[in-house]
Amino acid sequence: MTAQDIVAVDTDAPPAGEVLLRATDVTKHYPVRGRRQVLRAVDGVSLAVLGGETLGVVGESGCGKSTLGRCLVRLTELTSGRVEFDGRDISTLSARRLRPVRPGMQLVFQDPQASLNPRRRAGDIVAEPLLVHRYGNASAVRRRVRELFDVVGLAAAHLDRYPHEFSGGQRQRIGIARALATNPKLIVADEPVSALDVSIQAQVLNLFADLQEEFGLTYVFIAHDLGVVRHVSDRIAVMYLGEIVELAGTEALYSDPAHPYTQALLSAVPDIDDGTFAEDGPTRERIVLTGEVPSPADKPTGCPFRTRCPYAQDLCAVERPRLTPKASGRQVACHFPLAG
Amino acid sequence: MPEPLLDVRDLRVCFRTRQGLVTAVDGLSFSVAPGEVLGVVGESGSGKSVSMLAVLRLLTSPNVTVSGEVLFRGRDLLALPDKEMRAVRGREIAMVFQDPMTALTPVYTVGWQIAEAIRAHEQVSRKEAHARAVRLLSDVGIPDAASRLNAYPHEFSGGMRQRAVIAMALSCSPSLLIADEPTTALDVTVQAQILDLMRELNAGGSAMVLITHDMGVVSQIADRVLVMYGGRAAEEGPRRAVFHGPRHPYTWGLLDSVPRVGGPRLRRLPTIAGVPVAPGGIPEGCAFAPRCRLRHDLCEERPVLSGDTHLDACWLPSGDRAGLRVSARDTEAAS
Amino acid sequence: MLVFALKRFASALLVMFAISVLVFLIFFATPGVDPAARIAGRNADPATLAQVRHSFGLDRPMPIRYLLMMRHLLIDRDLESFVNRGSRVIPQIIQATPVTLSLVIGAALIWMTAGILMGTAAATLRGRAADPLIMLVGVVGVSLPAYWLGEVVNLLTQKQLHDSLFSWVPPPGYVGLGQDPGQWALHMLFPWLTLALLYAGIYARLLRGEVVTALNEDYVRTARAKGLSERRILLRHALRCSLIPIVSLFGLDFGALVGGAALLTEVVFGLPGIGKLTFDALQNLDLPVIMGTVLYAAFFVVLANALVDILYARLDPRARHA
Repeated sequence: MTAQDIVAVDTDAPPAGEVLLRATDVTKHYPVRGRRQVLRAVDGVSLAVLGGETLGVVGESGCGKSTLGRCLVRLTELTSGRVEFDGRDISTLSARRLRPVRPGMQLVFQDPQASLNPRRRAGDIVAEPLLVHRYGNASAVRRRVRELFDVVGLAAAHLDRYPHEFSGGQRQRIGIARALATNPKLIVADEPVSALDVSIQAQVLNLFADLQEEFGLTYVFIAHDLGVVRHVSDRIAVMYLGEIVELAGTEALYSDPAHPYTQALLSAVPDIDDGTFAEDGPTRERIVLTGEVPSPADKPTGCPFRTRCPYAQDLCAVERPRLTPKASGRQVACHFPLAG
Repeated sequence: MPEPLLDVRDLRVCFRTRQGLVTAVDGLSFSVAPGEVLGVVGESGSGKSVSMLAVLRLLTSPNVTVSGEVLFRGRDLLALPDKEMRAVRGREIAMVFQDPMTALTPVYTVGWQIAEAIRAHEQVSRKEAHARAVRLLSDVGIPDAASRLNAYPHEFSGGMRQRAVIAMALSCSPSLLIADEPTTALDVTVQAQILDLMRELNAGGSAMVLITHDMGVVSQIADRVLVMYGGRAAEEGPRRAVFHGPRHPYTWGLLDSVPRVGGPRLRRLPTIAGVPVAPGGIPEGCAFAPRCRLRHDLCEERPVLSGDTHLDACWLPSGDRAGLRVSARDTEAAS
Repeated sequence: MLVFALKRFASALLVMFAISVLVFLIFFATPGVDPAARIAGRNADPATLAQVRHSFGLDRPMPIRYLLMMRHLLIDRDLESFVNRGSRVIPQIIQATPVTLSLVIGAALIWMTAGILMGTAAATLRGRAADPLIMLVGVVGVSLPAYWLGEVVNLLTQKQLHDSLFSWVPPPGYVGLGQDPGQWALHMLFPWLTLALLYAGIYARLLRGEVVTALNEDYVRTARAKGLSERRILLRHALRCSLIPIVSLFGLDFGALVGGAALLTEVVFGLPGIGKLTFDALQNLDLPVIMGTVLYAAFFVVLANALVDILYARLDPRARHA
């Protein structure tokens, strides 16, 4: 392993940059048919994304991370709360007022197959946002599309091909090129590599890193793979049942999880024992959670995690812990956090 | 070395397609000893699932031809009459598939389906089969098994369903369990539960073949590892040997390109250039050569899987593979 | 379950009410159409018209007329035809119902049996010569219009070959099941086959597609891995799941046919069923009869829908909680 590959920091760099996106108490509830309950997909999420950083959002299926992503770029209407992008409240803007804001925030989807129109050529797919936002005349658009293809590592020969003629990794590159077309400041990527083979996944992750460096992009990176999230993120929000249970710098989160759920999640990841650091130091204690994630339509009282938490006490059933900042800078929603 | 339970020799699976004859599995040989867990890893198109389906003769399309030998306790499964093969499936070799959401017939209760598996192989009364189904479900960790038995598959969560599928696979105490990506569709915390369950089964003496793309899962549970690429074996050996001293450049790539939850963080991930080879486009020589940073003239010719207990199919000098691995990574970093 | 049944019942009533209002409005509120002129005949003088109008109650406000008609139809059950004065609507319908039921039930048995056999056979023989052959038979059945096929059958059995091959075929018409079961079946045989041929083809094609899809499902692979026999996999797993959409379609088709959609077959074979009754009433624009048959048809379609829903829930556990 050569030295220059390794990130120099063992501790998290202090957060830098202005707040680009701020979510305050965002909620998204869906009605449940035939019952009086509501499905609390996102339940009171507050977070700030700093310009130039990558905020990872991690959690298991059904935790509301994808819904949150859609709320952040207002692809779905909020039930309540507000989202400010670049200092402007976008959660209540009319569709017309929202339009000039849209180019600044783009979404990259999980399934490149499903998010690309199969009947359109790759070049046209990337050109579409340019045309929608009146980028310029036909030749300017063409030039820009070529440029974008180059940036994401696709050849000019690919311009006239249809999505099905590409491999999964290449399709994701098309999706990324489309997102980049309007020169966004923020890209919300929803499980962008989870459908890809491991070797391709690494290529696309590197592309994300290169683009961030080149264009100063800000990412909200949503994923369920804890290794992937650790690799890309500066800070990470851990979600459970529609709430953020912990938000911390990546190093702090992985070396010293404060929320019992974070700890359990991390301990559940099967480690690759490749001999590099197996014998020295104690292996992480494995905590296998029992039971199942409760339904977001029927959340437990108090702390949402208390039904599966090995450390739960009486207080946890009564009072819902708020996400509170600790001295170390991390935020934890737990009455009895494991770390400060 | 004990007599192998399953001994596959020169397995070849071909599909007739519109583009002509496509070879999905190309002369694969491997064996599983009693009580052993063999992890089979590879990317999509590596032939790992197809080869296991071929072992159980579950490739039913008329466009498929399977050749070679699949010796199970000394009998060649590929030569068995259909009826005897059916007696092997489910009873001696059971299989668990990737997606628990679709693996059960939606219109029957979970208990009915487990009882059906029991009664397919054993002359037992409905009542007895039912009682055994209850035991099986509670053995795989489903609480309140007696009443959950009457639930339909859609009333189970993904993790529960996979438990039920595993319970069904275990219903006749098979001596070999083939699990095809059993945890891929599940969340990590549920995956941990299922892996624990499989470890328990193994401790009870079941041999297993675990097909997965997740190096972490293999590292946790396998005794031996088989790395497949392009329908062929690239590397095979005891887990420790393969993970601590991988010999094939493809294995290096698989291990290096996965971002870990521990250890140093890399600014850029090492990658394997290009895309996984698709069946139909596999070169004459080494299947991995087009993506290999260390390919040379010899790679035009197909390497044989060779070695003592730790085997690999690569033309690189076998002396200093670790050093070659470092230099390969440096070439990438420099490029 | 009770709530479900009550809900269905209420919505059925609503549908029937809406249909009756619609039929009523089409006949009485269509501008430029004067029902009195129709009843009185061509070139009737104004006095006759006025008298007709009064005796049929056509001079009263529309809602009252509607209510009166419904009262006669449903409560007093003495609503009379406009065309054949004195002949009541309800008895006509009651008389016609067993004819239609005989035709449709018999044909349904034939087409479901043939359709399931053909569809399943074609699906299992997929990739061999028999599959396209079976499907071809199905297409031919679908593409022959019932009235044409019926006429050809009549031509062959009643005229061309009546003296030789088909001398046992009775003349067109209906004999009640209670009167003579043998003659009933003999009279119904060709109508059954004619009607069934059309549907058997459709059902065979549909079922083939469903079974082929099901045979590629993961659960079939699981069943195979369990060591079940191919026969059991086909019947208990693949076919069982494939029948779910077929059954719901069957319910709708059956309801519509009992409601009068077997009209062409009834007319061609001279069967005095509901279809024929509706057909005649429409030709004469005989509103009370039309109203009666339409409500009757609506009743069966709605009933069939409800039965399908219940059956669906029985067949598919996933539908039970929705």
